[in-house]
Amino acid sequence: MNTLDLLDGTPSVVGTGVALFSDALRAQGVDVTDVDWTPPPAGTSAALARVLADARRVEANKLAAERMLAAGAELVDVRLASEALDLQPGHFLHAGPPITWERASGPLRGALIGAVLFEGLASGPEEAERKLAAGTFTWEPCHHRGAVGPMAGVVSPSMWVFELTDPSSGRTSWCSLNEGLGKVLRYGAYSEEVVTRLRWMSEVLGPALQSGVRRARDRGAELDMLAIVAQMVQMGDEGHNRNRAGTLMFMRDLLPDILEAGVDPLRLAEVVRFIGGNDHFALNLVMPTCKLITSAAADIPGSTVVTVMARNGTDFGIQVSGTGQQWFTGPAQTPSGMFLGDFGPDDANPDIGDSAITETAGIGGFAMAAAPAIVRFIGGEVGDALTATRLMYQITTTENQRLGVPILDFRGTPTGIDVTKVLGSGVLPQINTGMAGRVAGVGQVGAGLVTPPMECFEGAIQALAAAAPTLG
Amino acid sequence: MSATGTDVHHVEVRRGRYVDSVSLMQVSATVAGTPGVHKAQVAMATELNLDVLSGMGFDIPADAGPNDMVVAVSAESDEAVAAALAVMEDAVASIGRGGGSGDTFGGEPTPRTTRWAVERSGAPLAVVSVPGEHAFAEAMGALDAGSSVLVFSDNVPVEHEVLLKRTAADRGLLVMGPDCGTAIVGGVGLGFANVVRQGPVGVAAASGTGAQQFTSLLHTAGVGVSHCLGLGGRDLSEAVGGLSARAALAALDADPATEVIVVVSKPPHPAVAADLQEYAATLATPVHLVLLGAGQPTITAGVEKVLVELGVDRPDWPTWGVPAEAPRVDGALRGLFAGGTLCDESMLIAAETLGDIRSNIPLRPDLALPAGLEHDGHLMIDFGDDTLTQGRPHPMIDPGLRLARLEKEAADPATGVVLLDVVLGHGAHADPAGDLAPAVAAARRTAADAGRELAVVISLCGTDADPQGLEAQAAALAAAGASVFSSNAAATRYAVALVSGGQR
Repeated sequence: MNTLDLLDGTPSVVGTGVALFSDALRAQGVDVTDVDWTPPPAGTSAALARVLADARRVEANKLAAERMLAAGAELVDVRLASEALDLQPGHFLHAGPPITWERASGPLRGALIGAVLFEGLASGPEEAERKLAAGTFTWEPCHHRGAVGPMAGVVSPSMWVFELTDPSSGRTSWCSLNEGLGKVLRYGAYSEEVVTRLRWMSEVLGPALQSGVRRARDRGAELDMLAIVAQMVQMGDEGHNRNRAGTLMFMRDLLPDILEAGVDPLRLAEVVRFIGGNDHFALNLVMPTCKLITSAAADIPGSTVVTVMARNGTDFGIQVSGTGQQWFTGPAQTPSGMFLGDFGPDDANPDIGDSAITETAGIGGFAMAAAPAIVRFIGGEVGDALTATRLMYQITTTENQRLGVPILDFRGTPTGIDVTKVLGSGVLPQINTGMAGRVAGVGQVGAGLVTPPMECFEGAIQALAAAAPTLG
Repeated sequence: MSATGTDVHHVEVRRGRYVDSVSLMQVSATVAGTPGVHKAQVAMATELNLDVLSGMGFDIPADAGPNDMVVAVSAESDEAVAAALAVMEDAVASIGRGGGSGDTFGGEPTPRTTRWAVERSGAPLAVVSVPGEHAFAEAMGALDAGSSVLVFSDNVPVEHEVLLKRTAADRGLLVMGPDCGTAIVGGVGLGFANVVRQGPVGVAAASGTGAQQFTSLLHTAGVGVSHCLGLGGRDLSEAVGGLSARAALAALDADPATEVIVVVSKPPHPAVAADLQEYAATLATPVHLVLLGAGQPTITAGVEKVLVELGVDRPDWPTWGVPAEAPRVDGALRGLFAGGTLCDESMLIAAETLGDIRSNIPLRPDLALPAGLEHDGHLMIDFGDDTLTQGRPHPMIDPGLRLARLEKEAADPATGVVLLDVVLGHGAHADPAGDLAPAVAAARRTAADAGRELAVVISLCGTDADPQGLEAQAAALAAAGASVFSSNAAATRYAVALVSGGQR
């Protein structure tokens, strides 16, 4: 489009602001598209203008989008976290931005207690809690090591992790193995049952998966997780609250290699039964896939694309391409949705987990239109799911054609959240999520919808503005 | 139905009716909320649900199986049960209908930003009228999405204006504004614009009412306009350097419908005006510059020059109600304007004869009116100036402030002539004479009662195609005793002559 198009024929017009103008144009027979405009949050307009004025922005965001769309994800290994992530005894990883014991939420504390018990570093929960509070152990965000963890996201050295590589960049990401639903460590439960399951995962599940994954790798048939995600989106999964198709495909693809690797049939039966009984098993493969996609967009000067959204149960934190590893945080919100059993809103902990990496990469809540089966779980109708995904296009930079949504005529998922568009539109990213109990040890209480606090984006725009060249 | 205690229990089994459990949880909650209902459960008869139902005190037929739907209601009366069943039927039926929104598959959400709206609609133009501090983001969004933009908003920082215009220039787009209130594109009036015929003259205007006066007089002379592109009042300042003027000239030069180009502006920066003149000389289409300033031609003179170029006879610019013999007045000239450029033009004309004119938009800083806008001598006030429009509509829409001032001038023995502009067209008040004519009559009566002659001169900017009706407006004002002119320059000269006559 150029100025000449403007002068050629009766124009159609977009109207932003005073309705009187649009009315006057309609009265003259002009086709008017009205903008439902709201001012950006107070105190952000100067910074927003500064960032929009940054001459690097358009090209930087274009590059970020290209890199996200070019990223791939292959499952190359399953191994101990101590080896894969160089995790030393007494050091733990967790979901979300950094946090102290004092500010940590119930589920994160519970998961750390469980991890201490699992590592044999305390004789009981009380001792574990005492040592954690006393500073005996250290912890840091999964994201600081290029890893991701669902819910509490606690990873300890003796746990096993999936290792995925982006062949386009050689970048690697990791995620723990999924424990199933209900009373599990990632929801802050640490009872004997939880620790026993973790031991079985280390002794049986991890090694079995490793033998299959390594056999596939060695014959040059690495599992292409991005291809699985693309199929998931066509099979009713959005990759965050629904991973049923992905779990089945993962089993289908890996099983021949595990069989050929000669895993004991009885143990293999346990493994298959465990994975088959957990519709969320593939979440822990989808998440590092998404981490590889978003990492590809990181560290581009002038880019306003969000590369991390993560929560620790107290704070919601985001990272943005143009400001590197800096966290911008605000208070984590409590999700709204449906509750298990007798649980209600008062039982739910604020938002927790690195799993919002799925939305950051353009699936999860952003691909809600692909998962009509679960829209009632988030309190809506099928039409609401389509509208939700369509709304996300207004705050993203690109569309991922490799992840086509059938019901939207295979339109690519909305990808690459742009800080300036979030502030300009007032539309916050929609995140589908599980809900952890507020009290340590309770486990999962429900599932629903949540958004980041606007503060994250307000902080980000100020930092982006400070990093922008001066005007003129 | 059976009664236990005072409650009526109703249990029925719908064979082979399958509805998913999550939906039935919603249905149960809806039925339980019906007035008079104490307990309700609608569920598939699975083992788990049968336990739940018997726990609630319902007796379920033994042959109900997992493919059957059980409806169980406990209520205070048979009527309440019947109501609950009706609610249940509706709720179950609505499951397949997408909640009765009428749009099961969700519409496209309304655009939340200018950028998105342009991307979706492909519109070549966005009109931005949000508060000034937010205008940059929306205008930049329009440019990012590939459309030109008209920024009506004022109070936009000049560095933002420059950046928007440089960005637009890089991308072959046009920024009209900020503070652009008038444009005509392809025959469509944007903001405040008169209804004029289509024709060969392309206008680029760094002045809203200047553009309206120019295009209205052209129309009156029978000549049409191809486009009238707004530039924003600061475009020909040193800071902005005529960035949009160049873009507009280039576009009009390339437009096959445009045979003559005219630039209308308030007093420009001399170096910018010189640069623009140089640039204009490189274009294939002839360009006339109508740049207001001391000793420069008026807008009316600019129109007449273009008419000569087009070989069109200059008409007698219409007037209404001008008496054959000029009245004798005694006192100063008081101009009360809605249009800033018309006020500028009138001050330039009047100053030639009357000397210093005080104003809130003075020709020289030392002629500025004090805060109360009072002065004994000649003065002209622009009621459309930003400082007088904060928190209230523009005087072209809301005549309140100006009418109050007119009443005050009528009571002031130092006032001899009141000069007013009235602007018609899109965006303007639907019937300005409806308010102004009675006020003019009252003002003249006030002066007459005090034994004075008060002359009211009106510059009426409009066309016979404007929605307000030019002739009716002029007739009403003339009937109230005003002398009405279609040319602002002519109105001003007449007013000056009356005042000078009085002084002689």
